[in-house]
Amino acid sequence: MISASGLTKTFGDFTAVAGIDFEVPPGEAFGLLGPNGAGKSTTMRMVGAVSQRTAGDLRVVGLDPDTHGPEIRSQLGVVPQEDNLDTELRVRDNLIVYGRYFGIPRAVCAQRADELLAFAQLEDKAKAKVDDLSGGMKRRLTIARALINNPRILMLDEPTTGLDPQARHVLWDRLFRLKERGTTLVLTTHYMDEAEQLCDRLIVVDHGRIMAEGSPSSLIREYSTREVVELRFGSDRNAEAAAQLEGQADRVEVLPDRVLLYTDDGERLLERVAHAGLHPTTSLVRRSSLEDVFLRLTGRSLIE
Amino acid sequence: MSAPDVTTTSAPSMEAAAHTGAVRPRRFGAWYVAEHQLRQMRAYGWTVVMSGIGSPLIYMLGIGLGLAAFLEVPVASGPDGPIDYLWFVAPALLVTAAVSVTTEEFTYTVLAGFKWRRLFWAMNASPVSPEQICSGLVIAVAGRMLFVSAAYYALMVAFGAVGNVALGALLVPVGVLAGFAFGLPLLAFSASITDDKGQFAMVQRFVFTPLFLFSGTFYPLDTLPVGLQWVGWVSPIWHGSEAGRILSYGPGPGSWPIAAHLAVLVVMSVVGWVVARRVFVGRLRG
Repeated sequence: MISASGLTKTFGDFTAVAGIDFEVPPGEAFGLLGPNGAGKSTTMRMVGAVSQRTAGDLRVVGLDPDTHGPEIRSQLGVVPQEDNLDTELRVRDNLIVYGRYFGIPRAVCAQRADELLAFAQLEDKAKAKVDDLSGGMKRRLTIARALINNPRILMLDEPTTGLDPQARHVLWDRLFRLKERGTTLVLTTHYMDEAEQLCDRLIVVDHGRIMAEGSPSSLIREYSTREVVELRFGSDRNAEAAAQLEGQADRVEVLPDRVLLYTDDGERLLERVAHAGLHPTTSLVRRSSLEDVFLRLTGRSLIE
Repeated sequence: MSAPDVTTTSAPSMEAAAHTGAVRPRRFGAWYVAEHQLRQMRAYGWTVVMSGIGSPLIYMLGIGLGLAAFLEVPVASGPDGPIDYLWFVAPALLVTAAVSVTTEEFTYTVLAGFKWRRLFWAMNASPVSPEQICSGLVIAVAGRMLFVSAAYYALMVAFGAVGNVALGALLVPVGVLAGFAFGLPLLAFSASITDDKGQFAMVQRFVFTPLFLFSGTFYPLDTLPVGLQWVGWVSPIWHGSEAGRILSYGPGPGSWPIAAHLAVLVVMSVVGWVVARRVFVGRLRG
């Protein structure tokens, strides 16, 4: 569906995307995980055929975006980072008007709009003004709008940023349904739980480069331990305590507010910490996540 | 409710579908954008209609019944001698009305599209191109200018403010052309703005208003001191008004040929158009 090799984008002296390679087969949910400024959105814009690559090769639905932009865009659904719904139009009209850009006849747009409003659970809001919708509803409407042309690839840039947990789960549920129906999903996120929930496979991107690639579980297996112990000793004592814990765990990370100990058995490690005479103010044993993978790969946290 | 249908197909048919999917947008993209813009105008349709009809009505009444009755000395002449003041001023008012449409539609609407509501980015993700987005906006605004000019002209005829009613009807396209000559360079400027620091209010106060006042709108340009007459020569309002006057009652003494006025308007429009499209492409495809 998408194949990129040596894909590069520079803006003057700044290299936003530094020669990345990836393939997305049909039906896959593919994620780009990385912090703000990693080059995710720039990559999405190149795949979306709205930004020319500086170098490398890129094919989307078998075509070159440089020469077949409109053809490629006719097969894409794009959910941008910032909502750009038409607030002057009502909810249903937003879908109809957008469908027209794909050359879809008005009557067909109207019929699809009704189906999509049902899919987005917005049937009773059809005549509402966009501004009266909640943040989660606006996102669902934006997704519905992106589906008006029955796209082969749905591209979502930070789909749940700024939404409350409940709204995120509703949205994930809708995306999951699309995935089940075989829509190819390409999404960027800096939320590791989102990537874990939705992505079959992902690339971890930082400074325009791919740091790692694989399924969420394989990345965690490869770059982290099974469990993580999080200890808080107080911000001025964390570093000192970490020094004493060196050697107790597979790996020790000191963050400003806590110490992370990577191990396959968190409970046993916690016992050893107590035996060593260390008494953290709080302790927590949890499963490793993509956040830990990212920390390991870049030495930095995803959300800064 | 189930998820919408998605078809999984082989590579060649995928490409074929992409080619088919782009045929209509490549051909009609600008019209889809115009359709959207016109739908939006319905949100403030009442303002469009009221300002389109109300404002000429007020000017016609104010100038026709007031100022024209008060002026005892003829202000301007046609080919057969002095003419009615209302005849002189009406073409300029029509042209100004068309131009003033662009001070709204090619300013705040453009910044809203790029920045406030980001609609142009939504269109940009669809098969339409930045050039088509620019063109669609221009088509929609041409529609509104056409309405304003036609309404103005109908009222001019009703008030007896036209010499030759048949030829004078060409004032309607001339008004639209003058609107483009002013509006398309303004569109290029607006599309390049990333932050609203009151530029549009400045355009209104320091570009549009002086042009309106010093373009021989209410009195012939040559009544101004020579040092100020250049304002008229570079003003789309003056060129449009003069062309309109020639169409309404014929050329007065010292008139430029109508072709010269039209040529200036066309050049300004084309330059603005070319630059505006480039700015749209640069911004949306950066």
